[in-house]
Amino acid sequence: MPEATVPDNAPEHCPGTESEEAGKADACAGCPNAQICATAPKGPDPDLPVIQKRLELVKRKVLVLSGKGGVGKSTFTTQLAHAFAADPIKQVGVVDVDVCGPSIPRMLSVTEERLHASASGWQPVYASDNLACVSVGLMLEEEGDAVIWRGPKKNGIIKQFLRDVDWGDEGLDILLVDTPPGTSDEHLAVVSSLKLAGIDGAILVTTPQEVSIQDVRRELDFCRKVGIKVLGLVENMSGFSCPNCHKASDIFPPTTGGAKALASEYSVPFLGSVPLDPRLAHCCDRGQSFVEEWPGTPAALGLGKVSQGK
Amino acid sequence: MSDPLETRLKSIKHILVVLSGKGGVGKSSVSVSLALGLQAQGLRVGIMDVDLCGPSLPRMLRLEGQSIHQSAQGWSPVQTKETVSASSATHPLGCMSIAFLLGSKKDSVVWRGPKKNAMIKQFFQDVAWGPLDYLVIDTPPGTSDEHLSLVEYLRLAPDVQSVIVTTPQAVALSDVRKEVDFCRKTNLAIAGVVENMSGYVCPHCTHCSNVFSTGGGESLATEYGLPFLGRVPLDPSYTATLDGKGSESTGSLLQDFVASPLKPVFEGIVGKIVEGSKTSEGDAE
Repeated sequence: MPEATVPDNAPEHCPGTESEEAGKADACAGCPNAQICATAPKGPDPDLPVIQKRLELVKRKVLVLSGKGGVGKSTFTTQLAHAFAADPIKQVGVVDVDVCGPSIPRMLSVTEERLHASASGWQPVYASDNLACVSVGLMLEEEGDAVIWRGPKKNGIIKQFLRDVDWGDEGLDILLVDTPPGTSDEHLAVVSSLKLAGIDGAILVTTPQEVSIQDVRRELDFCRKVGIKVLGLVENMSGFSCPNCHKASDIFPPTTGGAKALASEYSVPFLGSVPLDPRLAHCCDRGQSFVEEWPGTPAALGLGKVSQGK
Repeated sequence: MSDPLETRLKSIKHILVVLSGKGGVGKSSVSVSLALGLQAQGLRVGIMDVDLCGPSLPRMLRLEGQSIHQSAQGWSPVQTKETVSASSATHPLGCMSIAFLLGSKKDSVVWRGPKKNAMIKQFFQDVAWGPLDYLVIDTPPGTSDEHLSLVEYLRLAPDVQSVIVTTPQAVALSDVRKEVDFCRKTNLAIAGVVENMSGYVCPHCTHCSNVFSTGGGESLATEYGLPFLGRVPLDPSYTATLDGKGSESTGSLLQDFVASPLKPVFEGIVGKIVEGSKTSEGDAE
């Protein structure tokens, strides 16, 4: 058996939790987990090939990660999705795995829509002809309802999003996965569900100040531990241009050199920086594409640069 | 034959749980500022970080690289040494965070729910806070394992209230509605709403721009009939203070806080919270 299925604290000669012998081998006698191992389903997760089949026609699967909350993961995900969808022949999908705080429906302006089941699977909600999304926010009765779920329940819904959503006959050119902050259940669920289907890589979003950079270091460590390729770092909210005098200032000062320094420290690509712009927040509140609404502004140029670099 | 958890909780007069549905709205900054504001009033204050996957408090409190010590009573929280001045009797601020248990600041904590719950329980059971007037608890975003565990363990505590932090834009507010719903469902009292990042004063022309629009927190508080505790503007010098490298930093966080232009804002918020705890105390008696 591969060593990966043998827990660190297992007794000697543990046959591994996925082995046919699990819970029944001689070494299992006296192990506190023997009962669990003996009754748990054996072998690799039967859903993984199903997910692989379902996502066969998805050309690229990209995660958007950040250790810290509120650095603009969802903003960046939606604006990147808009930027890809600006090309009418491209099909773009967004999966929101932030189960407790889904923001994608609001940012794509589809809060009134709901997911529907059909014979071929769940139908995603289309924000435009070629931009589809799924989110827990599209399944709640009231927008204000809290989703108070512990880990296993969250894992279940995430797996369903990946396994049961029908993205259409043509498949997708890109599937963006927007994640909650941290390195916990949701992230492990996505990574383990996509083990066979494969993940092309992750984009890490940060703001310039050290408190955020510090959390991104942990996220880089996470990517290394689970074996996800880091496509690059994006620095969001870097600098603010005053709408009155047009001079730039730092709201979140890069006290330790910001994302650029971090990127070179870990030798991962630096994809670009997006300055803070109140109009960007407004666009997200109303579900518009910032690059289309305000072309030529520094933030639009930053976003364009990042999406082209991909 | 009393429960060790209960004994620990009995020595803490008031517990403030800082919550927000959305990440990055400034829960940790507000937690630290509330703790400093309470400390500046001469109260005995502790601060606990239950954001296990992204602990920020040690950095903000300038306690990076310290570690927890064992004592006969349990784990001793890491304490800040500073006081405002020799004349006023302020108590040191005790802090507990998972970062003190990690080897390196780069280590990630990739844990699923049950392991996180066990850690939080240990934070309550094994940490020797000593008698405290206030314990401020900084939480991760959302309404999941950490929050449920907290509410569960805190049932035995004498007084628990939550402080909800939001930024003014619609996306944050919709997440905060979920948090209010969570508090209602779990019977957690709400001390009030703080609107953070409300407006930014340009350092060049002093024009105040509403980076994330404005007023949303107050209208939300009115909508749900909650006390509105105050509006905190964005201030890069304060961000730098909490990021540990303020330009005119004197080395002491509490002194920097007292000198900060945001001090009166937090004084107002702390005042309202203390006032609120007093009335609830009165009700209990």
